[in-house]
Amino acid sequence: MTDNTPTVSGSEVSAASRSALARFLDSDLLHSFLSSKITVLAAITTLGLMLAALFAPLVAPFNPFDLAQISILDARIPPIGMEWSDPRYLLGTDDQGRDLLSGILYGMRISLAVGFLSVAFAAVLGISLGLISGYVGGRTDAIIMRIAEVQLTFPAILLALLIDGIASGIFGNIDRETWAIWILTFSIGLSFWVQYARTVRGSTLVEKNKEYVQAARVIGIPAWIIMIRHVLPNVLGPVLVIATINLALAIITEATLSFLGVGVPSTQPSLGTLIRIGNDFLFSGEWWIAIFPGLALAILVLAVNLLGDWLRDALNPKLR
Amino acid sequence: MFGFISRRIAMALVVMFVVALISFLLFRFVGDPVNQMVGVETTPEQREALRQRLGLNDPVLTQFFRYIWGAVQFDFGNSYQFKQPVADLIGRRLPATLELSFASAIFALLLGIPMGVYTGLNRDSWLSKVFLSVSLVGISLPTFFIGILFIFLFSVTLQWLPSFGRGEVVQIAPFWDTGFLTASGLKAIILPAITLGLYQMTLIMRLIRAEMLEVMRTDHIKFARARGLPNRSVYYVHALKNTMVPVITITGLQLGSIIAFAIITETVFQWPGMGILFLQAVQNVDIPIMAAYLLLTAFIFVVINLIVDLLYVVIDPRLRTERGRA
Repeated sequence: MTDNTPTVSGSEVSAASRSALARFLDSDLLHSFLSSKITVLAAITTLGLMLAALFAPLVAPFNPFDLAQISILDARIPPIGMEWSDPRYLLGTDDQGRDLLSGILYGMRISLAVGFLSVAFAAVLGISLGLISGYVGGRTDAIIMRIAEVQLTFPAILLALLIDGIASGIFGNIDRETWAIWILTFSIGLSFWVQYARTVRGSTLVEKNKEYVQAARVIGIPAWIIMIRHVLPNVLGPVLVIATINLALAIITEATLSFLGVGVPSTQPSLGTLIRIGNDFLFSGEWWIAIFPGLALAILVLAVNLLGDWLRDALNPKLR
Repeated sequence: MFGFISRRIAMALVVMFVVALISFLLFRFVGDPVNQMVGVETTPEQREALRQRLGLNDPVLTQFFRYIWGAVQFDFGNSYQFKQPVADLIGRRLPATLELSFASAIFALLLGIPMGVYTGLNRDSWLSKVFLSVSLVGISLPTFFIGILFIFLFSVTLQWLPSFGRGEVVQIAPFWDTGFLTASGLKAIILPAITLGLYQMTLIMRLIRAEMLEVMRTDHIKFARARGLPNRSVYYVHALKNTMVPVITITGLQLGSIIAFAIITETVFQWPGMGILFLQAVQNVDIPIMAAYLLLTAFIFVVINLIVDLLYVVIDPRLRTERGRA
């Protein structure tokens, strides 16, 4: 069937990449993606939000960190459509007169940055430990897996809180403002590595006994090169699914920690920080300060979750 | 069978030992305990005397065993912030957290199981689709934001339910104040319990649904139908019973995470429980409270895991042989 597929790319593209592109355009993955309307919608939403967050300085009407642009006189203006609203502030302003829409865009930047960084950290740590555990086996394997089991008894949010608390205890004397985001990323990442390690270890155990690995071993390639160049590419499929779902979880965890007041400092508000600030004004009727950032967070997480759900089903051969 | 149980207990002891070690290392090495206890004007000699008196100059191993010996007797030292015994502080707040966790677990089970059975049996009905979509949204909304939405809707706008505190409490034991016996106490627990239980409810529902779909395809269900048993008895006696093993596992594990997630719910609703205490400890680097909380939650989790493992064996006779060998 693939033989009859017309190639799409021009002559200047090399043969290898052309076939890769053609293979992608003809793949089940793309087909299953396009046939699910809700997945396409989720992908567009995710991409749109990410781009808006990435280009926040260009997209946002104001810069919420620029003190020259904000005025306390503009504080707590309701969103468009309500009484006393101001056409300059589409979603209203917060308690310090910052435009809420801009705040959300800049906040999403921080939420996404922490989300991506902590997922990357967790993935690198988990994949490495999983590879070593599965490939080396024996005592190393037993130790790593016992640690994983013990850690798995605790919910990630509790661990992240604890690690954050301990880290601030250790780094307490150093400037907290600059380090907060890194401590946060570190603690979220460290509480998510187990899933990667267990998955990768499982697939490594299978791959290890296949002929190509044995062949590589026979011709004397060092173990670490076999792990990285030969085993790793073959165990990455499930990791992608975990990473997508974890991104949603990491964003929620970051927002939760920031909401609890142990996350990012309020000079650089993430979505969670904005919601925490807004929570204080819920009772005096200024609902928009908490609700709009919350909705932005919910939409972002929902879209990423939908993508993850689809990816899990699409990559699972049992469901085809 | 006996081997399986003893191995599980041994594993639980190992976990507790590791957690105790971590919690001791925290207690001993993160920040200087002496610095936290004395003022700026204390002389080095006085500090050294205090150090000697607290036994901080003893070998680390001796200190570790002293710490464990204290922990077994509920002595976790004094809180840095409150200058009171940690055990008292936690003990006074434990009932609030346990009542909240209990109420939300009941809510999650009472709603999650029927919804799961229904969506599993009626895959394509519109109500199932509504349940499933709502559950996806429920999973995507962070707990604290659900709490805020509830407060906004039911406390601020409709003014039906209180938004903070436990209401009136009645003392039923020296350490136990219950909110279950007064009208205001019951009213106060509704919103926090639903907020805390919502995620667990959706999880249980999805799990039972998946299990029901699986079980309905098996031979013994076909056989039960062939015997002409009424639908109700097929669904609730033959099918549901077989979905229970994973449900018990997940519910057990979720009980643990309910206690952890209570930190968030307690903060949103100003619920005077253990979670808020722990959060304050994290913010103020109050290590004795953090260490004790870590030990206590680890203990609760380990006990729950152990009970779940034992229940497995009771419920599913097949596991008595297979798991014992594995």
